[in-house]
Amino acid sequence: MLAWAVSRPRGWPEAVAAVPAAVILIAAGAIPADRAGAEVRQLGPVIGFLAAILVLAHLCDDDGLFLACGRWMARTSAASPRRLLAQVFVIASVTTAVLSLDATVVLLTPVVFATAARAGVRARPHVYACTHLANSASLLLPVSNLTNLLAFAASGLGFGRFAALMAVPWVAAVAVEYAVFGRFFGTDLNAGRAGNGPGRADRGGDAGLPVVTLVVVALTLAGFAGASAAGVSPAWAALAGAAVLSVRALARRKVTPVTLIRAADLPFLAFVLGLGVVVKAVTDNGLGGALAPLLPAGTSLPALLAIAALAAALANVCNNLPAVLVLLPLAAPSGAGAVLAVLLGVNIGPNLTYTGSLATLLWRRIAHHHGSAPDLAEFTRLGLLTVPAGLVLGVLALWAGLHLLGG
Amino acid sequence: MTERDNPPRSVYIWVCEGTWRASVDAALSLGPADARFTLLHVTPTEVADAARGAYAGLFGRGGPDPGVRLEKMAAAAAGDLLEAAAERLGRDCEQLEVQGRPERAVVSASAQADLLIVARDGDRARLGPKSLGKTTRFVVDHAACPVLLVWPGSAPDVATIPPPPHHPSPPGR
Repeated sequence: MLAWAVSRPRGWPEAVAAVPAAVILIAAGAIPADRAGAEVRQLGPVIGFLAAILVLAHLCDDDGLFLACGRWMARTSAASPRRLLAQVFVIASVTTAVLSLDATVVLLTPVVFATAARAGVRARPHVYACTHLANSASLLLPVSNLTNLLAFAASGLGFGRFAALMAVPWVAAVAVEYAVFGRFFGTDLNAGRAGNGPGRADRGGDAGLPVVTLVVVALTLAGFAGASAAGVSPAWAALAGAAVLSVRALARRKVTPVTLIRAADLPFLAFVLGLGVVVKAVTDNGLGGALAPLLPAGTSLPALLAIAALAAALANVCNNLPAVLVLLPLAAPSGAGAVLAVLLGVNIGPNLTYTGSLATLLWRRIAHHHGSAPDLAEFTRLGLLTVPAGLVLGVLALWAGLHLLGG
Repeated sequence: MTERDNPPRSVYIWVCEGTWRASVDAALSLGPADARFTLLHVTPTEVADAARGAYAGLFGRGGPDPGVRLEKMAAAAAGDLLEAAAERLGRDCEQLEVQGRPERAVVSASAQADLLIVARDGDRARLGPKSLGKTTRFVVDHAACPVLLVWPGSAPDVATIPPPPHHPSPPGR
């Protein structure tokens, strides 16, 4: 049943299937209407938060923030593939942490590719870095990943505390990626030394840094911590930041209300609601009971490791979104440490398989695109090198943090 | 130079980011005088696929597929690189842009060539097998035509070859 919920054909919005599925399950009595209603009420603020972040990232892109990042990388890397890789790691880790993994995958990756191509270096390591860091660098803040937003709501942690506990695991996961990438892509990274670029002129222009946008993003970040400390939902800070940039962009006629609504991705928000209800029904009807004995109680180091490993495995069997929805209610009673261990698993784990899931329909859609199956061997080898090491070091860091800062 | 009955020799130059200048320069200095040059570039489909896979992993998000954008940009970048190589070559040449796995695409594209020029792209600090990356190694191993393998920059000193392995000492004392 979960597999069916996951491997839905794409090409039209997932909500087309997820919302009717939720309605059918409620109508069939698989989940009582009041429990479904409670799930929707719980997901509502999370989805509002997500919409605000999506709009914020979209407006940052519109204002040239990512192009400015590209120019900075091009200027300071001096066509050295290794230096460019280090810069991509910094920019992609920060982008993912602050503006969510969607921004890194959809908005930053093309800029990184263009920067590498313009410098005349092989783009493979840099593009792979974006795809990996979109997952493994999404540990730091509740806004970095939808999985985090869901866990944040379930954990009862404050924004600052969440960030404090996840900071060292975040650094550890990124460090593991960097160490592995440097060796794994050694050939590509060594190939472009000695200024061997094609020597093309930088066509990126010399537009300045979008200072106002950067300041608004920084204030939004401060607002997250401030609002949370004051007992207000940090979603309001995200909403305020998105509103300020929206009004500014609308006033300058850079965007229309339609593009803003499209950036908020309403079908996806509906999909998350539908998925939430479907997963709730599946969990209530047996899956939760089946998984509960597998999930160790407590926050000892072996327990945290086992939780993270189970979460990573489940994220690869289906996808990290349903995985986190299934595991959160089971982990929450053990405390915030267990919830964060689930996050380590579902955020780092997806790098193990190509689409972060074995859902073959997703994969076939890609294969269909150019008539041949993508080269999975390379991707999987890279995942096997980074994911287990990242998980173990991340959990160790989390465990140490829980002891130092208190669970 | 005398007129010959033989058709001009077909020389393929593998143009690869980072090392292409060395291949073009070798074609000019070492290629046959009557050569018909083809500049060959392969765009690895793997790169756009990685972006497409990450996007698929987002699971339900709207927005443009970055893989499509990457493919367009990769095509433009490949065109630019081939133009730069043609300019450096400064002779009549064909430009051939292929998509796929580089190692296999290069071998099949150059199957009928009289010569394929390849630049090393691995560890360039010492002589040895590691001076060839995996892709280059595959091409050298599988090419159906003669291969000219050149060092980008100057070759390392012969003294960089590691010493021969010790002969295992005979058992007993």
